[in-house]
Amino acid sequence: MDGSQPDPPAEPFTGFPAASPATVGGAWQTPGSFGSAGRGPRLLSGGGRRATAISSASTLVVLGALVALFLVAPGSSQVRHVFFNPTDMWQSFIGNPKKGYYSVGEAIWLNIRMFLAAEVLILGLALLIALIRQSVSPVLFPFRVLSLVYVDFFRGVPLLLVLLAIGFGVPALRLPVVSTQSAAIYGVAALVLSYSAYVSEVYRAGLNSVHRSQTAAARSLGLSQSTTLRYVILPQAVRNIIPPLLNDFISLQKDTALVSTLGAIEANGAAQIYSSTVFNYSSYTVAAILFLILTIPLARLTDRLIDRDRRRRLAGAAT
Amino acid sequence: MPGEAGMPEAAAASGTAIQIAGLRKAFGANEVLRGIDLEVSTHEVICLIGASGSGKSTLLRCLNLLEPINAGRISLWGQEITAAGIDQNLVRRSIGIVFQSYNLFPHMSVLQNVTLAPRKALGTPRPAAEEEARALLSRFGLLDKEAEFPDRLSGGQQQRVAIVRALAMRPQIMLLDEVTSALDPELVAEVLDVIRELAAGGMTMLIATHEMGFARDIARRVCFLEEGRIIEDAPPAELFTDPKDERTRRFLRRIIAAGRL
Repeated sequence: MDGSQPDPPAEPFTGFPAASPATVGGAWQTPGSFGSAGRGPRLLSGGGRRATAISSASTLVVLGALVALFLVAPGSSQVRHVFFNPTDMWQSFIGNPKKGYYSVGEAIWLNIRMFLAAEVLILGLALLIALIRQSVSPVLFPFRVLSLVYVDFFRGVPLLLVLLAIGFGVPALRLPVVSTQSAAIYGVAALVLSYSAYVSEVYRAGLNSVHRSQTAAARSLGLSQSTTLRYVILPQAVRNIIPPLLNDFISLQKDTALVSTLGAIEANGAAQIYSSTVFNYSSYTVAAILFLILTIPLARLTDRLIDRDRRRRLAGAAT
Repeated sequence: MPGEAGMPEAAAASGTAIQIAGLRKAFGANEVLRGIDLEVSTHEVICLIGASGSGKSTLLRCLNLLEPINAGRISLWGQEITAAGIDQNLVRRSIGIVFQSYNLFPHMSVLQNVTLAPRKALGTPRPAAEEEARALLSRFGLLDKEAEFPDRLSGGQQQRVAIVRALAMRPQIMLLDEVTSALDPELVAEVLDVIRELAAGGMTMLIATHEMGFARDIARRVCFLEEGRIIEDAPPAELFTDPKDERTRRFLRRIIAAGRL
């Protein structure tokens, strides 16, 4: 991590030396959650008692200032009523079809399902595109051109326009089967088309990050090109791109909210329906919290995977 | 042509293993090999010496078909491997090559590094491949490292693993490309010992090296390369003590001045 200062000896967490006042911020500093125990400090650079004390004091001050600013703002009470009304938050979370609005808490499952389906498809399609773009065989030349055009096109066109084009364009074609799918299916299709262009570039960066000598070593042993790719190049490439890859997927999780423009009742759509029925925006806050609950674990998982991989290779012993 | 090679007495031993004729190789406008002719007998050990950029590495890479050649022929036991329609993977299985920078697979343990090619190229079942790999590892004193990943090994250990990895394919010829050049001086000996053992076992080897003392000890013949040609090809006793060509003499004078011989 940070080699600039000597690591103080690990000592058990004994509480904050400074008395922590019972303010709003107090709830944020759960001991150990950001601390230096366990897998080593991530947010704190040095670890140790003094650093912990300083960083928690600083967190308190910053948070306190932000909360104070929010509370003293002239429109504070209206904003709190319109965005953070506990009753509205709860009502929109559980939903009430009789009153004409859906549960945001239930609708988030559609986001999760769309995300999972899109993720798997993107991983496959993007890899295919990356491999075609990296290929050298003259037979594949037209496919190389095609994949280049594909990447340029879908990286250039805003996702929202792709969504609208597919969600309203494909049904208008009135083809059998293809034109009669649900909004969620068109949404996933648009997400896959758009994100595969980005992710294929991430893959390509990963493939390029593996030194050419690795290919030479594998081929010199008599391994075929595809075996070399499968066992030598791809595993190293994927390891190198896990952080940017998961970063794209965090982004993908949020972008499932755009599918509401096609009429799919996912979390954002349900929140929209609630706000236009009850005239209170607290439902959006609920949706935001639910999206955070989805994305933060993925972010932490990314850190864990990177850590585990590094530790395993440093530890030497194989699994 | 100054690069005429092929020692008749060597060819008599037990057949010609490698026959190179008129080999030319260019990278763009830069012609690296300008007509190489060389014959290597079975069980023969030949060292290639010469300054960096003289074409030693390129010659070895061409032999392993890692570099397509521009002109000439390479044959193994009479069969031309540079002809069209040759299965390169099949050829490479009988020629092992070890590189200066080891090139172990960093995401695999030592055992996985050694067994990958036998399993995936030859189709050897995992237990058999591992048994054979362990036998090779123990022969070269690496058995206790089988679970380690490459970045936990010293340079000398990595290079020995790389040699074992190549040997696991049971090649009939080994090409060694300056395998000690990236090593700390105190680690060179352990790798050279491995090569000596291979030579004693009758392995046919082409060795590009800067270790002149080692070349003098181990080689049946030493070839001096300059600017993509074999300038002189002679037994080490002759080449190191009484070089015929002025260019060889100039090269050896520089080596001696640098304290490397």
